[in-house]
Amino acid sequence: MTAISARRRHPLAAAVVLFVALLLFGGLYAAFAPASQADVQASTSTQIDEGRKLFAIGCSSCHGLNGEGQSRDDGTVLGPSLVGVGAAAVDFQVGTGRMPAGPPGAQLPRKEVQYTQDEIDALAAYVASFAPGPEIPGAAAVDPQRGNVARGGELFRTNCAQCHNATGQGGALSYGKYAPPLAGVEPKHMYEAMLTGPQSMPVFNDTTITPDQKRDIIAFLKHIEDEPNPGGAGIGRIGPVSEGLWGWLIGIGSLIGAAVWLGAKRS
Amino acid sequence: MTISRDDEMSDYTTEAGTELERRERAGDPIGDPGLPESPPRLTDLDERAARRAERQVAGMFGLAAVLTVAFLVAYVVFPIAADEGGVDVGAVRDSNLALGLTLGGALLLIGIGAIHWARKLMTSHQVVHERHELRSNDETRAAALADFEVGAEESGFGRRKLIRNSLIGAMLLLPLPAVILLRDLGPAPGGVKKNTVWDTGVRVVKDRSFTPIRPSDMQVGSLVVAMPETYQDLPDHGPARPNERGKASVFLIRMQPGEFRVEEGRENWHVDGIVCYSKICTHVGCPITLYERDTHHMLCPCHQSTFDLANSGEAIFGPANRPLPQLPLAVDDEGYLIAQSDFVDPVGPSFWEMNT
Amino acid sequence: MSAVVNGAGKLVSWVDDRVTTNNWLKRNIRKAFPDHWSFLLGEIALYSFIVILLSGVFLTLWFKPSMAHIMYDGAYAPLRDVGMSEAFASTLELSFEVRGGLLMRQIHHWGAIIFVAAMSVHMLRIFFTGAFRKPREINWVIGVLMLVLGITNGFTGYSLPDDLVSGTGMRIIEGGMLAIPIVGTYLSSFIFGGEFPGDDAISRLYVLHILLVPGLILALVTIHLILIWYQKHTHWGGAGKSNQNVVGYPLFPIYTAKAGGFFFVVFGVIVLMSATIQILPIWLFGPYDPSVVSAGTQPDWYVGFLDGALRIMPSWEFYIAGFPISLNVLVPSVLLPGIILTPLILYPWIEQWVTGDKREHHVLDRPRNQPVRTGVGVAFITFYMLLWISGGNDFVATIFDVPVMWITRFMQAAVILLPPLMFWVTKRICLGLQRRDRDRVLHGAESGVIVVSPEGEFAEAHAPLADATAYQLTAHQRQVPFDLGPETDEYGIPAPRRRSAGVRSRLSKFYFGDVIPKPTRDELEMAQHDGHGAGEPGKEREIATGPHAE
Repeated sequence: MTAISARRRHPLAAAVVLFVALLLFGGLYAAFAPASQADVQASTSTQIDEGRKLFAIGCSSCHGLNGEGQSRDDGTVLGPSLVGVGAAAVDFQVGTGRMPAGPPGAQLPRKEVQYTQDEIDALAAYVASFAPGPEIPGAAAVDPQRGNVARGGELFRTNCAQCHNATGQGGALSYGKYAPPLAGVEPKHMYEAMLTGPQSMPVFNDTTITPDQKRDIIAFLKHIEDEPNPGGAGIGRIGPVSEGLWGWLIGIGSLIGAAVWLGAKRS
Repeated sequence: MTISRDDEMSDYTTEAGTELERRERAGDPIGDPGLPESPPRLTDLDERAARRAERQVAGMFGLAAVLTVAFLVAYVVFPIAADEGGVDVGAVRDSNLALGLTLGGALLLIGIGAIHWARKLMTSHQVVHERHELRSNDETRAAALADFEVGAEESGFGRRKLIRNSLIGAMLLLPLPAVILLRDLGPAPGGVKKNTVWDTGVRVVKDRSFTPIRPSDMQVGSLVVAMPETYQDLPDHGPARPNERGKASVFLIRMQPGEFRVEEGRENWHVDGIVCYSKICTHVGCPITLYERDTHHMLCPCHQSTFDLANSGEAIFGPANRPLPQLPLAVDDEGYLIAQSDFVDPVGPSFWEMNT
Repeated sequence: MSAVVNGAGKLVSWVDDRVTTNNWLKRNIRKAFPDHWSFLLGEIALYSFIVILLSGVFLTLWFKPSMAHIMYDGAYAPLRDVGMSEAFASTLELSFEVRGGLLMRQIHHWGAIIFVAAMSVHMLRIFFTGAFRKPREINWVIGVLMLVLGITNGFTGYSLPDDLVSGTGMRIIEGGMLAIPIVGTYLSSFIFGGEFPGDDAISRLYVLHILLVPGLILALVTIHLILIWYQKHTHWGGAGKSNQNVVGYPLFPIYTAKAGGFFFVVFGVIVLMSATIQILPIWLFGPYDPSVVSAGTQPDWYVGFLDGALRIMPSWEFYIAGFPISLNVLVPSVLLPGIILTPLILYPWIEQWVTGDKREHHVLDRPRNQPVRTGVGVAFITFYMLLWISGGNDFVATIFDVPVMWITRFMQAAVILLPPLMFWVTKRICLGLQRRDRDRVLHGAESGVIVVSPEGEFAEAHAPLADATAYQLTAHQRQVPFDLGPETDEYGIPAPRRRSAGVRSRLSKFYFGDVIPKPTRDELEMAQHDGHGAGEPGKEREIATGPHAE
């Protein structure tokens, strides 16, 4: 909020508001009108232009006007260089709401997305124009239906479960950092995270985990996310910690309740 | 053994501590007013209430019977048969829920019904039983001891020391066969634990796909979970493969050269910033690989031991003490990553013979 | 005589003709069982144990305790063509191909969680009420042993499905064994048949889990129950209840219905939990692989405190002539259980020695009347809970958004500082409650009515306590610290064993030095005569007439 109110009196503010409003209407129109994917792909240069404008307003204060990155006087990085991070990184960071960043913390959390997908595409196109980098995967590359769930499960347990937990519930890392839970994450964003290694996450580029393998992992994650819990309430699917808690609260709790009733004075 | 009857014990007094006892009881302010009469219940006074309780209990038992039948029905009407695409997990859930609710409901209703019956309808008055003294009286004690002495004397156990001692000796030795029979539970540990299938020239391959790795495959910030290529030559059955997974599994990361400290004597262990470490925690052996690429910290999810990979795998937080063992890397003629040798330091948790 | 009695009578006579059972029956059929909810905690443990035995037998019909490696081709599609052990595959079969199999698995596991939890709260009840005192020390020891065996059996059972989470637990146990000097590697090799994980562990744990340990528990349960029966149950002090009697409802019919009904309640609750709450979804965790781990790997709750201790132990390790002494593992996994269990088993004798009280006790202590014992118990619970929470420090971190390292640092200090603090707080609370009890006996209960005396003095009117209540508040024994006696006798000869007596005297002062004594007869008389005692003058409490007021 402070970031927005601070810029309210910026000379460009009126233009920005108008622009955002137009985009909003455009976005709404696009959402309700049958948009053709081909049109969007075709107008790349227009996209870069739009992206530049958006970037100048929303991103350049930290990342520099040309994405070269900025540091404070004491040398700490305000925003890293975006040269070569590729469209995939932008689509992931902005598309999951991690960018633009909120107040500083151990780690940028997933939050409400600030831009429409068209704007994100424009930003991505602009950042990708700095230098070649990982691209946004096509729909087929992240289609869970085309992946092998069993193989994806093995790959997930081998490469990902140590941080994200075997059932994708996430987990703690050092000093307040954490691996986020994976339920509800779009397949595209899963792919991009593996490809680009956001924040603390290591990179799993296409030569270490192939695109097919990435799709298998996505298929596994989407499968277990949709799979019902055959045993009843999932209680977080994290195993013994929540089970112990429920065993004491519900199990011992209700049985002691029954014992109190049994031993109570008769009336 | 004689069990004293309750009514015989009215003149029971506590043993010992009479002094303590007297001090404690002295000046007790209030006398025991005696067991209060428990007031009558509603069901004792009101025949209608009693009949209502009776109906409730019978209703619960009846419903329990219905639920038991429902369990049998649910067993049949909620199939969990699998087709080619596998079992329908939703059907398993339905079956589990239906079976559990009917059975659990039936059991719970029988239980609640029985307790309700006891609380509301069974004639209710407390009974008072005198406690019997637990120790037997002095005469019995003396008599038992005397009998024992007679028996001991007749056996000559105390007198015939040779028999006694030889019997004790024989009995003491007897557990040894049982102990020695356990010897073949496992081989003597020896140095097996220290050696893995890593060896000079063994290729480092990606786990699961077992494809070799070129340094250029990894960009800075990459993490690759890897195994020795020779792992695949191990027999598919038996313990060889899991055992090797428990000690030979490694990971590779790539850092910016200059971003990490190279320990003396390990200058040529990395290839263009690619380093290889054991995946097995030196604390109690959990596989690690919670890699934070921005800090180069490697965490163990089990007990949060943290290793600094930019500083030769030193343990910097948590219960682990020893650094992660590093596997010296090289590149073979075809440009693939290989091991220079087996691990130099012992892998996994500390054990007694690790430095011998 | 009704038909029921007739039929039962025939059967009873038939048996009695052969084994003289009616002699026993006559004495026991109306045996008194005191009524109190806290006396049923052990029953929860007993009944859940029976539930575990029943469901466990069912599971053995399908489970294959084998570590043979197979490629799964069963009903659960997401794991098809994944390599796993037969143990894991047969657990999948039980869950997905046997109707009611998943229910039975969940009953077995929930039953185990409740079994150990019920044993624990039962033990705490025994401790805080002093029910371990003579003559019940044997049952206390048996109880502690059963708790240890129960935890052991829980852990072995937890490991049997050979899933990713339980396999990691086994690995940690192996690490703990390896840390034991000299014999550690042999121990590990003998248990796993060589290196970890080998292919023997599951079948070996299986026989422990289904035969040896439950057999021992069953034997101990039997002795436990026989002793309870023979020694008769303890009861709370109060009107009509003394150390020489037992007051309660008759075994037949009241307690037959109540205890029998309670078995079905326990069974029913466990089954309903199993129907509605999923436990250990091994199909989501996947098969165990020693090179793979999941974030958030924990043991079942009763092993959690050991895992927590492993997490917060500093990284102390040193070498003697090259041989490692891994305190970072030895202290939490080997020493800690010993440090907890030894005083636990010996506690009845420790207290007996301190208090010098070797009499039989059948009337329970109210925890407030034993401030030090209660404080020690609460300090132990605090210590245990802190370790327990440490065992889930990663979840605490993510749920409360606190860095996990801070939690670890906090716990390292807290396990040392908080237990003494909680001891002190608890003791103060107990003493406060004792003081309140004393005031209530002396001055009656606060009525909430303010009265003005003719002199214009405001005071709250106190209502006299009912006799039964007043008696209950004063029924406990007076506690006097052990008197050391003079250093030398009248002839100047030093008293024997003075040093150990000195320790004992100090400990006894620690136990009883500042308890609030219950009022004496004189004090009560004085309080009642000085005007603002009981509300109605002329209706004074009947004062006991002798020292042995029974």
